[in-house]
Amino acid sequence: MSYLKYLESESIHIIREVAGQFKKPALLFSGGKDSITLVRLAQKAFFPAKIPFPLLHIDTGHNFPETIEFRDKLVKDLGLDLVVRYVQDAIDQGKVVEEKGKYASRNYLQTTVLLEAIEELGFDACLGGARRDEEKARAKERIFSVRDEFGQWDAKRQRPELFDLYNGKIQFGENVRVFPISNWTELDVWNYIRQEQIGIPSIYFAHKRQVFERDGLILPFSTFMNIEADEKIFEATVRFRTVGDMTCTAAVPSFADDIDTVIEEISEATISERGARVDDKRSESAMEERKKQGYF
Amino acid sequence: MNVLKLATAGSVDDGKSTLIGRLLYDTESLTKDRLEAVERASRRKGLDFTDLSLLTDGLVAEREQGITIDVAHIYFHTNKRKFILADTPGHIEYTRNMITGASNSELSIILIDARKGVVEQTYRHFFINTLLRVPHIIVCVNKMDLVDYSEEVFYKIASDFQKLANSLSSGGAVHTEGKGGAANITFIPVSALHGDNIANLSEKMPWYIGKPLLEILEEVDTDKDWNSLPARFPVQYVIRRDDKEFPDYRSYAGKVISGTFQVGDRVMVLPNQLESTITEIRLFEDTLNQAFAHDSIAISLADEIDISRGSMIVKSNAIPLINKDLRAKVCWLSENPYRLGTTFILKHASSEVKAKIQEISYKVDIENFGQAVLSVGTRLTSINEFDEPVKINEIKLNDIVKVHIRTAQPIFYDLYAENKANGAFILIDSQTNATVAVGFLE
Repeated sequence: MSYLKYLESESIHIIREVAGQFKKPALLFSGGKDSITLVRLAQKAFFPAKIPFPLLHIDTGHNFPETIEFRDKLVKDLGLDLVVRYVQDAIDQGKVVEEKGKYASRNYLQTTVLLEAIEELGFDACLGGARRDEEKARAKERIFSVRDEFGQWDAKRQRPELFDLYNGKIQFGENVRVFPISNWTELDVWNYIRQEQIGIPSIYFAHKRQVFERDGLILPFSTFMNIEADEKIFEATVRFRTVGDMTCTAAVPSFADDIDTVIEEISEATISERGARVDDKRSESAMEERKKQGYF
Repeated sequence: MNVLKLATAGSVDDGKSTLIGRLLYDTESLTKDRLEAVERASRRKGLDFTDLSLLTDGLVAEREQGITIDVAHIYFHTNKRKFILADTPGHIEYTRNMITGASNSELSIILIDARKGVVEQTYRHFFINTLLRVPHIIVCVNKMDLVDYSEEVFYKIASDFQKLANSLSSGGAVHTEGKGGAANITFIPVSALHGDNIANLSEKMPWYIGKPLLEILEEVDTDKDWNSLPARFPVQYVIRRDDKEFPDYRSYAGKVISGTFQVGDRVMVLPNQLESTITEIRLFEDTLNQAFAHDSIAISLADEIDISRGSMIVKSNAIPLINKDLRAKVCWLSENPYRLGTTFILKHASSEVKAKIQEISYKVDIENFGQAVLSVGTRLTSINEFDEPVKINEIKLNDIVKVHIRTAQPIFYDLYAENKANGAFILIDSQTNATVAVGFLE
């Protein structure tokens, strides 16, 4: 069996387990390549029927406009249900407080909004596109990850996961995060996107953009950023390897403007994917800390 | 290119992390920023070398205590294969972690420190791999640089290990019944630190006539067995659609866990035991003539039969066992011991049934074995299972016991020894929802 078929088959099995085991699942959609891949896998899992759960997008308001455009077209083309909850609403209602200063980001505020959405809409399982190879705390994550009513991840109390027998049993108030593409690497996702000819937002390919440099990273210029006087804005040809909040996603200089050259570039890359994520650079355990708080 | 899932098991100082680091390094899977992060962390800890274990210890508690707590998954690839490695720590919860790692692996690497030879842990590792019937085992005799790359040391350890393997398989401690046979064991002398016999053959050990580790990992054949087993298709979900394009469409979604199915095959649906014929095998927009083991597909049948999640479609000429009284070896995975009279949810394939333990027949003794591995010989055969029935009322973390389980509805299964994919289950505590045990049907 070819390795992409193996991974695809494993992921479809997991997605179907979610539909079979839970009453009200949702697919966490960020507009990034991993969640787009997840949508394709879910399509395959239930074809010719429609995907039997909605997409949930936690909108920070600091998105790349290209991502939102892409999201809306995908939802329309596939006839999917989309639920959006806004970080801005939580700020306006005083539930969360916007960070201040040069490194201000809404990435952390997402968690509160996500947990509220889960409670409000009664989702018992949320499918996410996280992968174990992304980060060392994620390497320890289960495929079915049980969270308490505060959304917390307790690394020491994880259920052992044997064979392909996934235990989705939960108490009232708890929910499960499910990661069907746990075993995929960045390169696997790209090879699959190429094989399946899946459309992705244009910012993954080389383009000209206004950027500035900070701490050795190239960040996209936007009005959401608090840019200091000595940080000069210039135009460069770049692309993005991950797509998150505009304030914490760094670009890489690149001329890779189609999928073949992107794959070639990643194969030879000496910096890991999340090396360009400001949110992970806060400390060595930034990801683990966020996951404990209910981050996906 | 295909996938190999493998597990490594090891105790604290046998160089497992170094071996994994070496495999990542030699397959160019380590990016510069990750390597630099490990170098920084090593310096912060006051080490004068790069501690590659920091690559895999992903949790704060692990890095603080310098131990690995949980199974980590590590990914690397060569031009020939993608590898998914479950790195299982050798600490307090060793058995639980090792079983978890080995349950999804086609191959296990057991590390032995060349200076220490076969020790208690080695036995434990091998025992668990045998219990789970991991088909391929590679014994890496590591730190050969510290024994002057001695041929004699290597062959002494290999022979000790082989003796252990022989006595275990002849002693009936684990599965002797059923087909499938013993694991395929390969011995390699390595120095993970210096890269000897990892990616390339070592010039220091010209006497070694085998292949380097990575080449063996690339070549191990794993696909062939699954397709030749009886065809099993647990139904996960029912797909329906009714419009102009797909009038009155209905199919059964699931994964072929073993064997193959073809359009036109005569099949039986369980639990109803009604027969029908496969009219369509589908994956997304493609209809297929045949589906193989591990394929996630959707099957349509000629007749309208009541089928739902938990049903199983099998070929009419090879029907599984259908039973409510089950005999199994069970390994306890929970910190909370088994309390007499507890009821469980038994999860097997896509079905879930209520279950209780009727009787604990005996306990497999791997805890007290360790003291005298090298001189065991015949002791191995008798000590693993008590011949005399001993009344056991408690099952604790890491215990392995033979039990009689009674379920509310029958399950459709094969013996674990004959078909791993349809012969294992988990027990879920109905009070706490925790996964408390894994079982292997006999």
